[in-house]
Amino acid sequence: MLYREAGQFKTTYAADMAIFPIRQDRIALGILLTIAFVGVPVLANFRIWPFASEYLLWAILLPFLILALAAIGANILVGYCGQISLGSGAFMAIGAYSAYKLGTGVHIPLAWLGFAISIPPLPVLASILLGGLMAAVVGILFGIPSLRIKGLYLAVATLAAQFFFDWVFLRVPWFTNYAPSGSVNAPALEFFGLTVRTPIERYLLCLIFVTVFAVLAKNLVRGNLGRQWMAIRDMDIAAELIGIRPLYAKLTAFAVSSFIIGVAGALWAFVYLGSWEPLAFSIERSLQLLFMVIIGGLGSIMGSFVGAAFILILPIMLNLLPTQLGVPLSTETITHLEFIIFGSLICYLLIKEPHGFARLISIGKEKLRLWPFPY
Amino acid sequence: MSGVLYSLVALGFVLIFKASGVFNFAQGAMVLLAALALVRSLDLLVVWGFSLWTAIILGIGFAAVVMAITARLIEWFVIGPLVNQDALTLFMSTIGVTFVLEGAAQMIFGSDVYPLRLFPTDVWLLFESHFPGGILVNKLDVWGAFIAGILVAGLAIFFQRTKTGRALRAVADDHLAAQSVGIPISWIWFVVWLVAGLVALVAATVWGTKLGVQFSITFLALKALPVLIIGGLTSVPGAIVGGLIVGAGEKIAEVFLGAHIGGGIEYWFAYVLALAVLLVRPQGLFGERIIERI
Repeated sequence: MLYREAGQFKTTYAADMAIFPIRQDRIALGILLTIAFVGVPVLANFRIWPFASEYLLWAILLPFLILALAAIGANILVGYCGQISLGSGAFMAIGAYSAYKLGTGVHIPLAWLGFAISIPPLPVLASILLGGLMAAVVGILFGIPSLRIKGLYLAVATLAAQFFFDWVFLRVPWFTNYAPSGSVNAPALEFFGLTVRTPIERYLLCLIFVTVFAVLAKNLVRGNLGRQWMAIRDMDIAAELIGIRPLYAKLTAFAVSSFIIGVAGALWAFVYLGSWEPLAFSIERSLQLLFMVIIGGLGSIMGSFVGAAFILILPIMLNLLPTQLGVPLSTETITHLEFIIFGSLICYLLIKEPHGFARLISIGKEKLRLWPFPY
Repeated sequence: MSGVLYSLVALGFVLIFKASGVFNFAQGAMVLLAALALVRSLDLLVVWGFSLWTAIILGIGFAAVVMAITARLIEWFVIGPLVNQDALTLFMSTIGVTFVLEGAAQMIFGSDVYPLRLFPTDVWLLFESHFPGGILVNKLDVWGAFIAGILVAGLAIFFQRTKTGRALRAVADDHLAAQSVGIPISWIWFVVWLVAGLVALVAATVWGTKLGVQFSITFLALKALPVLIIGGLTSVPGAIVGGLIVGAGEKIAEVFLGAHIGGGIEYWFAYVLALAVLLVRPQGLFGERIIERI
């Protein structure tokens, strides 16, 4: 009854091509954004349930936002362009470390040329974005093999990126500013004179980033470029025959995806972790991002959010539920259980619903449109 | 030489890929499962008072049964329903299988480090009279190479000469076509996963003896991926040669290059090598060229 589009006439092409052509969707999104931008900070400010402690903000919402952003990036590559990548974690790391270097000042002594390149410490916003750009450049480099190889071979090629950069950031002291322990601290988060410190401010900062990038990504995949990616994904030879340049399409997908993942990596390091070491961006992270994309929905921006939420919340539920039910499990068992549940869920979803939770939601919407009639 | 061991694991990958078109990410997890099943049952059997040799035979038997059950379950629940899907879907489903196996193996058999002693691990000296100091050879490596050789010979015969072997190759080529000429695809897939499981068991015995049985064994599978790429995804000899190249190459790189740019090159050398091979020869050294058309 509520979700019915009868009577909503589209009189312009612009209206017909809008992101959310149905009014109820727009209202729902508006409510969601209001809650996210106004409701959550207000509740958290006055410490009203469920924000009585900072746990929800710190341990759930903040990582959720950043990982959702990274998942959007991964989804562009894997879901929209069909290029399986097991190296997303590496691109997060590149974003994080480049942003760190730029934020603390770069000094490259070129003794053999007789001069040195020095860049003074950049503002945080600039260094985060440039960190993303750096990741995009490396992404393009590692995307080049994708022109000759695909599918499984490409997965291994991206794995090469993962292992190589894990090693680089661990062993090359220049990247960590010669920190003896190998872990580095993010510079103070100053944006146009405002310093971001409290969890609420961090949350809002990430929310702004995520909103902007989600809108950008959504529009990108709806447009010319996105259609090219999808054509490549669906059948690359056919796409080539109808005039899509695989070189351009694949490399742009790698660039855009790595850029978003790089920005997410920089945020993860600067805003969420504060101080980090290369372990934060290991292969586990890559697999985690891939799962978010598969579970949430291949080729869906909303799916990235759902997937990220699911992957984050499941372990917490597994930790809480048994104790609530009076069957305390050891942490070891919980970890193993987590593995099993994730694994079987992935298999189940691939068999039953290859487009993940996002597809389930859209099926739900279709049903709602016709409700109460079954046809 | 860890190259032999990489080859053993890579062999499991190649087998499944050759025979079902599935790129099996779970091979490492299968090695872990086989190793844990073997080592735990051995411990139990020895405690129950069996003599060492009976215990070893029974333990290997038990591990083989575990692998058979696993193969059956995977075929039943995961690969069976995904018949005729494209290769990437199957690949991602094996990532799911990896996680289930890793979790289940550790939940059932425990997650500590267990020592495994099946082969002698002492060191031989060869050619002592020819070189000063001679060449150091680990007995275990000789055993590993020997076992790998037998395995390859057996598998080659199995693939080329038996009816099942031919059916396997038909399935790999095209699921649907194989089904329509009356090849029982579920049985074939069970056989494939069983063979891969047994290869995993062999790799597990050798590798477990060398390093002890522990979770890090699964990383072995990640090392086997570049081996595959270098050798070519569809080639059994390729897996062997690729394994040797990677095993020798990473040690050489570590010794000669590692000293200059900081240690730990071993960690990624194989991957960069694989990347280089991919750029020059996308199908690997021994792989079949893929011809595509609409």
